[in-house]
Amino acid sequence: MTVFYFVAFLSIFFALMTIFTKNPVHSVLYLVITFFTFTVHYILLNAQFLAVVNFIVYMGAIMVLFLFVLMLLNLNKDTEPMKSNLVKFMGVIAGCCLLVTFFGVYRVFDISNPLTVVNPEIGLVKNLGKVLFNEFLLPFELSSLLLLTAMIGAILLAKKEPKQI
Amino acid sequence: MSELVWLIPLLPLIGFIVNGLGRNTLSKGMVGTLGSAVVLISFVCSCILFAEVYQARQAGQAGIIEQHLFDWITVGNLKIGLSFLVDPLSAIMLLIVTGIGFLIHVYSVGYMHHDTGFGKFFAYLNLFIFFMLLLVLGSNYLVMFIGWEGVGLCSYLLIGFWYTNSSYANAAKKAFVMNRIGDLGFLLAVFLILGTFGSLEFSTVFPAAKNFAVGDITVVSITVLLFIAATGKSAQIPLFTWLPDAMAGPTPVSALIHAATMVTAGIYMIARSNVLFILSPFTLQLISVIAICTALLAAAIALTQNDIKKVLAYSTVSQLGYMFLGLGVGAFTGAFFHVLTHAFFKALLFLGAGSVIHGMSEEQDMRNMGGLKKAMPVTYLTMLIGTIAIAGIPPFSGFFSKDEILAGAFIASPVLWVLGFIGALMTAFYMFRMLFMTFSGTFRGTEQQKHHLHESPKSMTVPLIVLAILSVLGGVINLPAVLGGNHWLENFLSPVFSEGKALMPETHHLEHNTEYLLMAVSVVGVLIMVALAFNKYVKRGHLPETNDSARGFLSNLSYNKFYVDELYDNIVVRPINWLSTFFGNVVDQKGIDGVVNGAGKATFDTGKVLRLLQNGNVGFYLLMMVIGVIAIFIYGMLSL
Amino acid sequence: METVVQQLQGVPINHYLIFCAIIFAIGVIGVLIRRNVIIIMMSIELMLNAVNLLLAAFSVQHGDSSGQVFVFFIMALAAAEVAVGLAIIIMVYRNTKSVDIDSLNKLRW
Repeated sequence: MTVFYFVAFLSIFFALMTIFTKNPVHSVLYLVITFFTFTVHYILLNAQFLAVVNFIVYMGAIMVLFLFVLMLLNLNKDTEPMKSNLVKFMGVIAGCCLLVTFFGVYRVFDISNPLTVVNPEIGLVKNLGKVLFNEFLLPFELSSLLLLTAMIGAILLAKKEPKQI
Repeated sequence: MSELVWLIPLLPLIGFIVNGLGRNTLSKGMVGTLGSAVVLISFVCSCILFAEVYQARQAGQAGIIEQHLFDWITVGNLKIGLSFLVDPLSAIMLLIVTGIGFLIHVYSVGYMHHDTGFGKFFAYLNLFIFFMLLLVLGSNYLVMFIGWEGVGLCSYLLIGFWYTNSSYANAAKKAFVMNRIGDLGFLLAVFLILGTFGSLEFSTVFPAAKNFAVGDITVVSITVLLFIAATGKSAQIPLFTWLPDAMAGPTPVSALIHAATMVTAGIYMIARSNVLFILSPFTLQLISVIAICTALLAAAIALTQNDIKKVLAYSTVSQLGYMFLGLGVGAFTGAFFHVLTHAFFKALLFLGAGSVIHGMSEEQDMRNMGGLKKAMPVTYLTMLIGTIAIAGIPPFSGFFSKDEILAGAFIASPVLWVLGFIGALMTAFYMFRMLFMTFSGTFRGTEQQKHHLHESPKSMTVPLIVLAILSVLGGVINLPAVLGGNHWLENFLSPVFSEGKALMPETHHLEHNTEYLLMAVSVVGVLIMVALAFNKYVKRGHLPETNDSARGFLSNLSYNKFYVDELYDNIVVRPINWLSTFFGNVVDQKGIDGVVNGAGKATFDTGKVLRLLQNGNVGFYLLMMVIGVIAIFIYGMLSL
Repeated sequence: METVVQQLQGVPINHYLIFCAIIFAIGVIGVLIRRNVIIIMMSIELMLNAVNLLLAAFSVQHGDSSGQVFVFFIMALAAAEVAVGLAIIIMVYRNTKSVDIDSLNKLRW
C-alpha cells in the first residue's frame, strides 16, 4: 500500500517539474519519467498489457517524437517565451478551481470501498485479447483505419512544398 | 307593388356610378339629364308607393310595406338583414327627398353650368340621394346607420366641392368631424339596443320596448345617445357650428342637404323611435331645453349677419330647433309637419338666394345688393312667398306647422311658448330684413355687377315657382280642427305614433278659445316685426355697420356668433392639438422609437462588448474553456 | 505478481480518484501557463494519461475488462493525434518562424 503512495508522490512531483521548467528538453525528459511512474501504477493494478503498451507506445514512440520535433526546431531555454506573471497566476488559480470542483463533484471525501481485485485475470493479455476481438472488433478495425489516416495526414502536412525556380 | 321598393335607392346609385365614371367623357347635357332622370323615376316610384300606403290607410290598415333583400349578418343568434320598410312616415319622407331632390337637380343644371366639375357634382348629388333614401327606407337601425354615415360623407364631399380653396376644405372637414361625434352617439345607442333587445329591427324593438318601465335607465341612455347623434346631424347645441360654415358649398348643396333633407334626418330618426323617447321623459325635457336654446341662439345670431347664405343657414338651425321642440313636447306630428313645410320654403329660399348670387356675379354680401326687384322679378316674387311662409303668416304653410308646435309647447309649459314666440318674432324680423336689404331700395353694387344683372334661366326659375306653390298650399294637409280642417296628416301618421301615444301620460287638449288667442297673438306679433323691419330697412334705408366698434355690445356679440367657435377652439381644438403634438414628439419619437431603436442599439452595444471576448489569443480561449468546464460541473452538481 | 497485488488490495478507490484528479489539474495548469505549443501538447498528453489510469482502476474495481480496452483505444488515438498535431506545428513554424502561441492570434473577428 505504501508503494502506491510513494509512486503517486513521485508522479505528482515529476509532473510538476514538467510544467515548471523553462528548458523544453528538460520538460520532455521529466514527462518521460512521469510516464514511467504511470507504468508502475498499471503494474500495481495488474493491468500488465496496459503497462507494457504504455511503456512502448507513450515513452518509446510519442515522447521520442516530441524530442525529434524539439531538436528539429532547435528550441532551448533562451528562445523559450514565457507568459506574464499575472496570467500564470490566473492559470494556476483556474487549475486549482478545477481540482476543487472535481473533489466536490465526485464526492471523493466520502467513505468508499477499498479496491478489491475481483478477477485478477482481466488484466492479462489473453483475456484482454478475447474481449477486444469479440466485443470490440469494430472499434478495433476503425482505430486501425484512424491510424492509417493519421499517418497519411502527417506525411502530407509536413511535406515541404516543391521549390519553384 | 312592393317590389318597387329596392328600385328607389338603386336608380340614384346607378346614376352615381355612370356619372362618376363618365364625368370627364360624357357631355354636360347627358350628365345633367341622366342625373335628373334617375331621381325623377325614383320620385315616380315613390308616388306609386305613397298611393299604395294611402289606400291602405283609407281602408283603415296600418299601411306598411316591407321588403327583405337578403340576410346580411348572421352570427349566432344575431340576424340582421338588408331590408326596407315603407310606412306612412317614410312614404312622406320619400316624396320629400325625391321630389325636392329632383327640383334641385334641375336647378343645378342651370346653376353649375359653367363649372368644370359638372359631372362630379351630379355624381355626388346622386350618391347623396342614394344614401338619404337608404336612411329613410331602412327597416332596422343598421341600414339607417349606413344612410346616416353616407349622407355625412356626401355632405363633406359636396361642401368641399371647390376644394382648392383651403377655407372651404376646412369647412368640409369641420362638418364631417362634428357629424362623426354625433355618429359615435348613434353607434353606442345601436350597441345598447342590440344588447338590450337582441335585434335592431324596428318591428322587434318597439313592441319589446313597451315592457320597460317609464324612465328605465337603459332606455334613457339609449335615447340620450340617439339625441346626441341627432344634435350632430341636425345642428343643435352643441354641434351646430358646422352648418353656417357649410355654406362654403355650392348653393344647390345648401338647399338640398342643409335645408331639406340631411338635417331633417335627426328628426326623422327620433320620430321613428318615438316609443323609446316617450319612455324616457328626461330625454324629452332635455330635447326641449336644448331645442329652444338653439332656436333662440341661432335667431339672435341671424339678426346681424350680412351674408345672405349665412342668414339662411342660421335660420335653418333655428327652425330645426323648433322641430326638436315639437318632438320634445310630444307633438310628433307637428314636428314632422314642420319638417315638410320647412323643406318647401327653405329649399325655395336657398334656391332663390342662389339665383340672386348667380345674377350678382357671385356676390353674397347683402350690403352690396339692393333694388333687385325690377331686375329679377320671378326670384323676388318667389322669395317673398318663402319669407312670408317662414315668418308664419296665414294662410301660408309655415303658419300652420309652427302654430301646431307652439300649441304643443304651450300645453307642456307656457314658458316654452313664450320663448318660442320670441323666437318667431326674431325669425320674422331677420327674414324680412334679408328680403328688404336684397330687393328693396337702391342698387349698392358695382357698375360691372349692374351690367351683368339678369334674371336666371328657366332651369333655375321653374323649380322656384314649383316650390313657391307648394309653400303656399302646403298647409292644407294638416289644417287643425279649430280652423275647420280635418288634421289629415295626423290621421295619416297615426299608426307610426300610436304605440307611443298610448304610453304617454294623459295630455289635456287646448280649449278652442285658447288656441284662437295664441294664433292671434303670434300673427299680430309677426306683423308688427314685419312693419319694424320695413321701417328700418326700406323707409330709413339703414345699412349695417362694417366694423366692430361702431356696433353696440349685443349686436357685436350677435355678429361674432356669440364667440362659440372661439370657445370650441380653446376648449376642444387646442387641447387636442397639444395632445397630438405631445404624442407625436414625446411618446412616438422618444418613447416608441426610443424603445425600438434602443433595442437595436442595445443589441449593437452588447455585440461590441461581446466581440472583445474573441481576441484571437488561444491562451485566453483555453482559460475560458477551463472556466466553462468548471461552471458546467458546478451546475451539474447543484442541480442534482 | 500475486503478492504484490495482494499487498495493494487496501487502496481505496477514492485515493485513485484524488490522484488522477491532481494529475489532470496539473495538466490543465500546464496548458494555461505555458506559451510553447509543444509543451502545451505534452500537458494534454499528461491529462490523457491521468484519465487512462483512472479508467484502468475502475475496470479493476468492477471486474469489467471493457475499461482497459477503452484505455487501449485512447492510447492509439493519442498517438495519432500527436502525429498530426506535431505535423501542424511544424507547418506553422515554417510559416511564422515561431512556436509562440500568443503570436497565433488570427482567430478573431
